[in-house]
Amino acid sequence: MPPPLLFGKKESKRARKFLSGDSIFKKLTLIFALFILVLFLLIFYELYSGSQLSINKFGLGFLTGVEWDPVHQVFGALPFIYGTVTSSIIALIIAVPISLGIAIYLSELAPRRFRSLLSFMVELLAAVPSVVYGLWGLFVMVPWIRDYLQPFLESTLGFLPLFQGPKFGIGMLAGGIILAIMIIPTISAVSREVMLAVPDTQREAAFALGATRWETIRVAVLKYARTGIFGAILLGLGRALGETMAVIMVIGNRPQISLSLFEPAYTMSGVIASEYIEATQEIYLSALIEIGLLLFIITLIMNVFARLLVWRMMKMFRGAKE
Amino acid sequence: MPERGTMKSKSGISKTMAVLAIIIIVIGIVAAYYILNPYTTITLNGAGATFPEPLIKKWASEYNKLKPSVVINYQGIGSGGGIQQIKEKVVDFAGTDAPVKDEEMTTGYLVHIPETIGAVVVAYNMPGLTGTLKLDGDTIAKIFLGNITKWNDEKIVALNPELSLPDQNIFVAHRSDGSGTTYIFTDYLSRVSQEWANKVGMGKSVDWPVGVGAQGNPGVAGLVSQNPYSIGYMEIAYAYLNNIPYAWIKNEFSGEFIEPTLESVSKAAEGFLEEMKEDVRVSIVNPPHPEAYPIASFTYILLYKEQNVYGARTNFEKSNALLNFIWWVVHEGQEYSETLLYPRLPPEVIVICEELLRSITYNGQPIITS
Repeated sequence: MPPPLLFGKKESKRARKFLSGDSIFKKLTLIFALFILVLFLLIFYELYSGSQLSINKFGLGFLTGVEWDPVHQVFGALPFIYGTVTSSIIALIIAVPISLGIAIYLSELAPRRFRSLLSFMVELLAAVPSVVYGLWGLFVMVPWIRDYLQPFLESTLGFLPLFQGPKFGIGMLAGGIILAIMIIPTISAVSREVMLAVPDTQREAAFALGATRWETIRVAVLKYARTGIFGAILLGLGRALGETMAVIMVIGNRPQISLSLFEPAYTMSGVIASEYIEATQEIYLSALIEIGLLLFIITLIMNVFARLLVWRMMKMFRGAKE
Repeated sequence: MPERGTMKSKSGISKTMAVLAIIIIVIGIVAAYYILNPYTTITLNGAGATFPEPLIKKWASEYNKLKPSVVINYQGIGSGGGIQQIKEKVVDFAGTDAPVKDEEMTTGYLVHIPETIGAVVVAYNMPGLTGTLKLDGDTIAKIFLGNITKWNDEKIVALNPELSLPDQNIFVAHRSDGSGTTYIFTDYLSRVSQEWANKVGMGKSVDWPVGVGAQGNPGVAGLVSQNPYSIGYMEIAYAYLNNIPYAWIKNEFSGEFIEPTLESVSKAAEGFLEEMKEDVRVSIVNPPHPEAYPIASFTYILLYKEQNVYGARTNFEKSNALLNFIWWVVHEGQEYSETLLYPRLPPEVIVICEELLRSITYNGQPIITS
């Protein structure tokens, strides 16, 4: 059946070709694609021009400054960068093994009926709003950390400076754990999808060579799916870097750099959310926008770095296959 | 095929017709609405501090009952946002906890009208304590500076000889978000402690020497009630409504320990009447009034002194309605304050507000003449 005519039969063939659905659709989607690029550049430009005042005043010292004093208008971003990066790393250290365990169980080992129920629950967890996690963290998790986890860590690993210090419950550790809980659903759900996509021929081949179940998972599934798993971890990291509300509620919001995970810390998105509304002096506002710019850049670097890693792994993987 | 074609075009026509009909009906209703109800309502827009928001919204709805033609909107977006919006001339009035300095009034002089008083209490959580904790300014400053770290420190014990205070570390909680509450509290600490003034200073956000930060009054209240042996500061109404114990504070002029109540806070406003006649923006913490609770501050409504600055968006009727509303707020409106746990303005302050409102002009002519 010919495509429907927009202007009736009198139109010339050329016009029809020009206005044919395919061509319009192509241009339309191109505009949408360019829109993303424009949006990205606009955000970058807005953040950059908004932080001009702070960039001129503090220069590179902004990156290394450890003081954040709105009263005397001295601003340094290092404690916030440290807080964001460290809490995200803690979250990954906790979340990655657990999520991979969940994903392996769900894709390889779980009985079929149980599998769909459990997968559904995991996906449900990903949809819980972060402020709910924060409230739960403040009223349930923090007292538990204070009363059980911190005394336990101090008595067993207390010789490390990481696990010394005040036992408030609130602090870097609580921030990292709440982030871990929040990114587990993301990482495990995506990893599970990736593992399910591994062709059964891979598994059958491994079994045929006499591999045990564990060896099959390791050699046939995990190795085959590792790029995808890495992507899943990145998605989790992205969420951890930008997460604001839940972390604000449990991390203690104190701009300091301390080796101890029990001490309070502060994140970049946290300080923006907390102080932007009442920041009235221009330099103060500008410093907060520069924090936003830095967060933007850090997220960008992390993503580019991760993309490169994925490409390299894919290349290596292809090389190994040949 | 031809049948199908006609069917298609028929259904197509009827769809277009339906859409057109809906559009025409909607336009008709809107037009009829404006023709039948000539534009008589005056909308006054305000934005700013979140602290007086419940009270201003109450005033807005009560005033609307009295004068149905005046509709008042207020958005609690924070003092900073309110000041920005009135400077950009997108709101008719703004609310702020911290006064605006002369040099910051780049778009025209802003008159400050105090509408109520904010008070900050020092809340604590001490399991097993019988009786109320008593503190003075210097001790509070030392606790928040980190100089006093134990509850049984001799300074605290000296103020509370009848209490048995535990040998426990003090857990300090403060606001992490910029807020008027922090502004009042640090204003007070700067006034009573030279060390605080030099090291930390006053502001809506400060560089706290010790402690853990939390978001908003609920955040600090959560920290205090969750952590035994903690101390924190919050708005009086919040601590009161949530049954969080708070300290009596020493009045430096009478030596008495004052319980924070709506009356004792209201008295704080009477401590600086002479200074207020000069400039209403004066800070009223630590007032020279023997019965006043010392950690209190006005919260202000900002209005342009010359009202004809909004261009085509305003006219005399609108400015007149605005001033009548604010006039009502500082008089009859005060009746609603205490039920919402806000202190009333003392009569002497209302007289000052009247003077300020009379000074506001439209094209140089005073608006309120009575």
